[in-house]
Amino acid sequence: MGDVSTAGLDGLAERLRVVAGAGNVITDPAELRTYECDGLTYHRATPGIVVLPDSAEQIAEIVRACTAEGVPYIARGSGTGLSGGALPRTDGVLIVTSRMRRILEIDIDDERAVVEPGVINLDVTKAVRSQGYYYAPDPSSQQICSIGGNVAENSGGAHCLKYGFTVNHVLACEVVTPDGEIVEISEAPGYDLLGAFVGSEGTLGITTKITVRLTRLPEKVETLLAAFDTIESAGEAVSAIISAGVVPAAIEMMDALSIEAAEAAVACDYPPGAGAVLVVELDGPTAEVDHQFAQVKELCDAAFEIRVAADDTERALIWRGRKSAFAAVGRISPDYIVQDGVIPRTALPEVLARIDELSGDSGVRVANVFHAGDGNLHPLVLFDDAVPGAAERAEMVSGQILDLCIEHGGSITGEHGVGVDKAKHMPRMFTEEDLDTMQMVRCAFDPAGLCNPGKVYPTPRLCGEVPGRRTGVHPLVESGKADLF
Amino acid sequence: MTQVIDALAKACEVRPAEPEDAVQGVGAAYVAAPATVTEAGELMRAAAEHRLTVVPRGAGTKLHWGAPPERCDLIVETRRLGRLIEHTAGDLVVKAEAGLPLEKLQEAVSGTRQQLALDALVPGATVGGTLATATAGPRRLLYGSARDLLIGITVVRADGVVAHAGGKVVKNVAGYDLGKLFTGSRGTLGLITEAAFRLHPLPQASAYVSATVADAAAALELTRALRRSSLVPSAIEVDGPDPITVTVLLEGFAGGVPARAEAARDLIGGRITEEPPGWWGRLPDGEVLAEVRAAPSKLTAVFQEAPAHVRGSAGRGVWHVGLPAGDAEQALDRLRRHGSAVVLSAPDGTALDRWGPVPALALMRRVKDQFDPEHRLSPGRFAGGI
Ligand SMILES: Cc1cc2nc3c(=O)[nH]c(=O)nc-3n(C[C@H](O)[C@H](O)[C@H](O)COP(=O)(O)OP(=O)(O)OC[C@H]3O[C@@H](n4cnc5c(N)ncnc54)[C@H](O)[C@@H]3O)c2cc1C
Repeated sequence: MGDVSTAGLDGLAERLRVVAGAGNVITDPAELRTYECDGLTYHRATPGIVVLPDSAEQIAEIVRACTAEGVPYIARGSGTGLSGGALPRTDGVLIVTSRMRRILEIDIDDERAVVEPGVINLDVTKAVRSQGYYYAPDPSSQQICSIGGNVAENSGGAHCLKYGFTVNHVLACEVVTPDGEIVEISEAPGYDLLGAFVGSEGTLGITTKITVRLTRLPEKVETLLAAFDTIESAGEAVSAIISAGVVPAAIEMMDALSIEAAEAAVACDYPPGAGAVLVVELDGPTAEVDHQFAQVKELCDAAFEIRVAADDTERALIWRGRKSAFAAVGRISPDYIVQDGVIPRTALPEVLARIDELSGDSGVRVANVFHAGDGNLHPLVLFDDAVPGAAERAEMVSGQILDLCIEHGGSITGEHGVGVDKAKHMPRMFTEEDLDTMQMVRCAFDPAGLCNPGKVYPTPRLCGEVPGRRTGVHPLVESGKADLF
Repeated sequence: MTQVIDALAKACEVRPAEPEDAVQGVGAAYVAAPATVTEAGELMRAAAEHRLTVVPRGAGTKLHWGAPPERCDLIVETRRLGRLIEHTAGDLVVKAEAGLPLEKLQEAVSGTRQQLALDALVPGATVGGTLATATAGPRRLLYGSARDLLIGITVVRADGVVAHAGGKVVKNVAGYDLGKLFTGSRGTLGLITEAAFRLHPLPQASAYVSATVADAAAALELTRALRRSSLVPSAIEVDGPDPITVTVLLEGFAGGVPARAEAARDLIGGRITEEPPGWWGRLPDGEVLAEVRAAPSKLTAVFQEAPAHVRGSAGRGVWHVGLPAGDAEQALDRLRRHGSAVVLSAPDGTALDRWGPVPALALMRRVKDQFDPEHRLSPGRFAGGI
């Protein structure tokens, strides 16, 4: 079969209007462009069709219709992904879950909730907090990102050091498979398909209903901000805390440049002159927290200033600088790349020194913000696209940082996913055999390769003879500005 | 025959099987024990060339779980794959070969006051066997089960290809999480050869609070009170029915645990001990052993439907029941109205629906077909005859 141009999707659009209602199918080019990228704005493609279904049955019908025509389809939640996972295809259908925002069931007695995929992360917590519970995974984007997107990315958050990631908090998913069947997957009985599905970046099917675990609110929370002269002494404090056997709810670090940015953006009023700050949060039973908090304060004795949040308002103030860090660098640089890599935590001093060198050698500024407890780095690589060659240099430094992560036995992504952006880096972390084996799962779920194709893996695995298979045009990928957020 | 054994011997140490190597009465032909991952790969490739069916074996503590294999030409032992590869204390990470006994791993990491927060339900179990059977004990409530602690895995495929997924950092979302897929796959998708886990600090102190109650309804009330409390128990277990005991485990720093234990006793009554009750973290007796998963509030139903021994995590809703063979079929049917019930072991020759309804079975078959297209790995032992 040859390429299908957008015009070739007319028949499919008609079909989708019958399935989802005429008002919920978008084909107008201007409107389509609203969906041309996710949070990673330098990959863009105008989707062929956007459809906003309202139920699992509708999604199943949409998937079947796409499959029948050999048209690729991509799920999208809130579009906050940072690896281009929800990047549409000009020859494909974008299935947006924003109309599926119902919390279907809250069962406090059994500590779980059943939600539709479009439900906003924070809304789950809002719905149960008054009853003493919350939904633990807390990506910084939690006010806007969807649970369906969280499942696809296995999203983490500042508190995942202690509480784990999305995968540790999802009990079951209803999934529309690429066959157009609606199935329920869980950890058991049988294979743990749920474990494989969570974090599969929308490539194994579309989740239409998620059962999440609710966590009891802690009795006590303590938060401190410690300001250090140097990033090294902040790093030593982190090591000391971990070796003391303390598992904080969160330990976050920001370097001088990211503090400067946060200051400019939200006036977070962190101690002036700090080479680095740590935000350390402890939670749990009062007796445990009091003891450990005293310990943590002692272990931060190299800090020239320690501020302890007296109440939730002060806690929010401490977090404000950290949570706004990505957006904030926009104040000190016209453009930037948000990198996401992982290193073994003990390699932190060495890797930071190497990043410093890279930055010095290339003249590209790098602001460091990271989840220090688990070695998840978010270097923000700053550049000015108006300067010829600057974007390329930034891109190079950003890639070299990933090299450092791999060199030190880490990972090319801790939470933002591979998506379209990092597929090319996968062969540096995994062997050809590793990637082939992973894609055997893909072949089991989606032999035709129509479900979010071109993501995660640089080279698709051939799944054997599949009727109706067609190779689509490559997504229109534009390099552009990386501002926003 | 000699031709096959010669081919296998090129890969690693191999011997003809003895009668006691039989897996649930199904005799084996050869037993091979690779000493490295490379040898394991070569062995599996040789097995593939000769179309041998393969059953992996760790310490053999749970080899009687699942249905008997349809055929078992080659047993692949992980006995010689018993190295602790690395323990980076500062990163709270350990990586080991599959044949390492879990107890040895715990011993090795305890020197730095760390632990793999996973209870070996069956003494002697290896890392690989624990993963392949997805066993976890009481502390699954706080720390999760094997899948939640596993951060990286190496497997040898049916065709002998060695593949990795995950890594040795706690946070990592690059690629599909094959580790979780292999956890609980009972040797039907490939041979697990290495695993990396996240570790936790060993608590300074622990205390158990146990209360005996009149009936399952009362037990449910206590477990509910514990779950609703802010005490953050590491485990809430129940054992019964004669008598029904609820035991909660509190762990933490030495100065904090006593107060939390007192608070737990205020909630449920009973007594505080430093040591767990004798049944703690062990499987119950019974001819037919099954794992039941249901919402925690189904506790009373589980006791009602299982005319036998019930023990397990009332906090997570995962229980083991030991059923008399005669009643097992009916009891399983009744239990399955509330959740899932999977038979782990049954006396030889017992005819039982071991799995009950398995949602997404068709997808599971397709996963199996991809990983093991000739169905040579532990054939017939898994759900749906996989
Ligand atoms: C300011 C900012 C801060 C962030 N902070 C964090 C953070 O702290 N931690 C973190 O982990 N991430 C973070 N992110 C990244 C992002 O928010 C997460 O990846 C989030 O889970 C994406 O959710 P979404 O609803 O926006 O998904 P989208 O961007 O719409 O989609 C993401 C992926 O999920 C797939 N998908 C969406 N819905 C479904 C479904 N129903 N079924 C199957 N697949 C589906 C898509 O195809 C795509 O591959 C941040 C992003 C921003 C912009």
